[in-house]
Amino acid sequence: MSRTIDAVVSPTQTNTIPADISGQMLDLDEDDDLEVFSKDSTLADGNMFNASMQTSPGSMVNQCKFEEDEEGDSKDIFITVDNPESHVTAIETFITYRVLTKTTRSEFDNSEYEVRRRYQDFLWLKGKLEEAHSTLIVHPLPEKFVVKGMVERFNGDFIATRRKALHKFLNRIADHPILSCSEDFKVFLSAQAWELTTYKKQGPGFLSRMGETVRAVANSVRGVKNRPEEFTAIQEYVEDFSNKISCLDKVTQRIVKEQKEYLEELKEYGPTYTLWSGSEEELAEQLKGVAGCIERCCKETEEQVGHLSDTLVPVLHEYVLCAETLKAVLRRRDNIQAEFEAKNETLATKKVDRDAESSDLGFVWGSLLGKNPEEARHQRQERLDGEIEELKEEIDKLEDRVEWANNALKGDWGRWQRSMRGDLKSAFFSTAEKNVDYYEKCLAVWETFLLSQRTEPSEETDRDNTP
Amino acid sequence: MADAGNKESAPIGGDEFTNTELENNKNNTMVEEGSTLLRRMEISVAEAEKRTGKNTVNMQEIFTVYLIETRPIDAITEGHNPAPDSLWRRYSEFEILRNYLLVTYPFIVVPPLPEKRAEFVWHKLSADNMDPDFVERRRIGLENFLLRVASHSVLSNDKILYHFLTEEHRWKEVVYETGFQAKADSRIKALSATFRVKNPDKRFTEMKHYSDELQSLTSQLLRVRARVADRVYGVYKVHGNYGRVFSEWSALEKEMGDGLQSAGHHMDAYAASVDDILEEEERYADQLKEYLFYAEALRAVCRKHELTQYELETASSDLISKKQQREELATGMVRTFSFKGMTNKLFGQETPEQREAKLSLLEEQIVQGEETVTEKTVECEEYVKGAWVDMQRFKEQKDRDLREALIGYAVMQISMCKKGIQVWTNAKECFHKM
Repeated sequence: MSRTIDAVVSPTQTNTIPADISGQMLDLDEDDDLEVFSKDSTLADGNMFNASMQTSPGSMVNQCKFEEDEEGDSKDIFITVDNPESHVTAIETFITYRVLTKTTRSEFDNSEYEVRRRYQDFLWLKGKLEEAHSTLIVHPLPEKFVVKGMVERFNGDFIATRRKALHKFLNRIADHPILSCSEDFKVFLSAQAWELTTYKKQGPGFLSRMGETVRAVANSVRGVKNRPEEFTAIQEYVEDFSNKISCLDKVTQRIVKEQKEYLEELKEYGPTYTLWSGSEEELAEQLKGVAGCIERCCKETEEQVGHLSDTLVPVLHEYVLCAETLKAVLRRRDNIQAEFEAKNETLATKKVDRDAESSDLGFVWGSLLGKNPEEARHQRQERLDGEIEELKEEIDKLEDRVEWANNALKGDWGRWQRSMRGDLKSAFFSTAEKNVDYYEKCLAVWETFLLSQRTEPSEETDRDNTP
Repeated sequence: MADAGNKESAPIGGDEFTNTELENNKNNTMVEEGSTLLRRMEISVAEAEKRTGKNTVNMQEIFTVYLIETRPIDAITEGHNPAPDSLWRRYSEFEILRNYLLVTYPFIVVPPLPEKRAEFVWHKLSADNMDPDFVERRRIGLENFLLRVASHSVLSNDKILYHFLTEEHRWKEVVYETGFQAKADSRIKALSATFRVKNPDKRFTEMKHYSDELQSLTSQLLRVRARVADRVYGVYKVHGNYGRVFSEWSALEKEMGDGLQSAGHHMDAYAASVDDILEEEERYADQLKEYLFYAEALRAVCRKHELTQYELETASSDLISKKQQREELATGMVRTFSFKGMTNKLFGQETPEQREAKLSLLEEQIVQGEETVTEKTVECEEYVKGAWVDMQRFKEQKDRDLREALIGYAVMQISMCKKGIQVWTNAKECFHKM
């Protein structure tokens, strides 16, 4: 019989794993992301996060405490990613980014660090964080290579987009109450290049990591039997969300494409009026006026498209990746539970074995070996008891693990949702705002032209009145 | 049936014309002194209907007819409200009328008809002549044509025009009886003929040059405008997808649901708004097209002048050579080299009787030639006078109309921007509340 897992985690659990942590998190100050989003500060209604860390070294949750902070800005770590540089070696060419950290946390020896990192290093960090916190939601990294649109790896736009995404990635980790306490994170931010290389080589060996992977695969094949309702709900949501956000991503990219094509045609349109004005006398001025208006609208359109590409497109894309991350996290949680369930089944089987009246086969064996059937049975029972005890210990550990995983995920889930709502709301709001601005500017252009025309009718009436 | 009144044949040139203001909107038609038809009669093309019938090769066809309504102005101003007289005409009949006018008044820049087939079509715009939007725009174009013709100081006095507006069934017979068809054919030939004028009138050459430019410039503008319209359509319509996805997504979200749902509605509204915007812009395109076609008419006037001039020059030089021949015959002296002179010298001269016969023939021809030259000179002078006046009128009308069209275009752009501001402001609110 397997133990059913409590879907509701009571806050009075005595273990060292915290209960749902989402309730203790507050608004996040998004100042660091200003270069990605608009500077609109009217979004302050409880959708963001702010977590201030107590300083403490070492592992994770046990050590980190959270403080309520109602002032808002109490970040104690500021990270920027900038200054991409190209490095050429005999074997390869790659880009490094400068990672600048300013912090007052005591687990850091200095208050300022400047290091250079390449994309591979970010990948490593992400992997370590996911390994250590398999059911926490780690913000996605920009993709390795964008095949669609044939973006070249060293293309300026590509690098700029990647840089922004890397910047966001690190800041999201810094804002995360648990992840930001990670030793790997600290090393990433502070170690010099050669130090990092050395550090990377530590950790569980290749074989043990292989073993983990094999187990994970085995568990995922087995599947989880009694998934708690809330995680099923989350999974369904993630599926739907993934579809919607992918759609929005595609629609937005399509809009960008159409706008760019519109811009191309518009650029040819103005000149046709200018050309015409060359053949006219009375009309020349008006024709040139219209041409001028169209040209100015061209500039505004260019700006608007740029804004869309810089603001909305990257965010939607990030959340497409987030959806994949969420699916992976849910899978890992399922695997942990599956492992636990498997062990439970094994325990149940062993118990059945032990409690069974002496099986015929055992009796036969025993008598063949010349053993006293009573003795044989006793020996077997002792052996099984031992195994059962071992199993129980393992199961206890696994049970803790399941509970920890579930709590972590639940906590992070609420946090992620708030983050998602904030990000997307902000991006769409900014887009709408820019569009209003775009139309207002174009309106002004045409109204100015119209005004210049209205002052001329006095000449018209004079001409009409001459007999 | 309204009283036909006294209809003299249209004078060719000679009168002083005051400029008439031509407006598309019949209610604002301001007509100045001069007995233009529009002053006495209210004209409109009120409706369009589909009809079926047999065409010239006895096949069943569907075509559209347009209802022309007329009312005498005095009855209206006196406070009565008479029912309008009306008749149905199809596009081809308008074409016949216009061809008649072209031939009968070659020195006038005759207003053009709306296009026969939809051109400068962009993606969504239908090229189908049966499409209701196309039919509606054509109805407006036909009305515009009638108003322009009926307010033209020369054209409006034409009998055939009057019959066109008032006599549904016999009109075709009457117009064909004028024999314009034959002239129309020769006109087309003449327009495409190549000949060189020795003393071209600089003003007409410049005007012809301008008409070529106007044609190519407006057609280029119309082409690019159509492409721009196509793109605008694309951008707006894609936003409709936001509407759909937001709506679906709002079902997933508890907190953002309402905001997303309303934002989605605004996106749908945005996508839908482009249809009206572009329909209005199509009117602007029609205004430009009118002048594209006007350019052709202007060119024809210049070409006709060239032809008239050429005929005059030909008649003159014919006369001169005939006179020279007479002189040679009379005096026996060969002034200039001629083949006849050479053969005479080589093979001997003719008999006195032959010479007499030749001389009297020449005298006849010279007399005729002088008449011809006089006629042609008068024709040319009158043509130049009439054409120049009408070209001036046309120029002023064009400047006014196109200026108005450009202003109208700016107004349309402003309206489009205002709609955009409204939609995105609303969407912004929704996102804010999310």
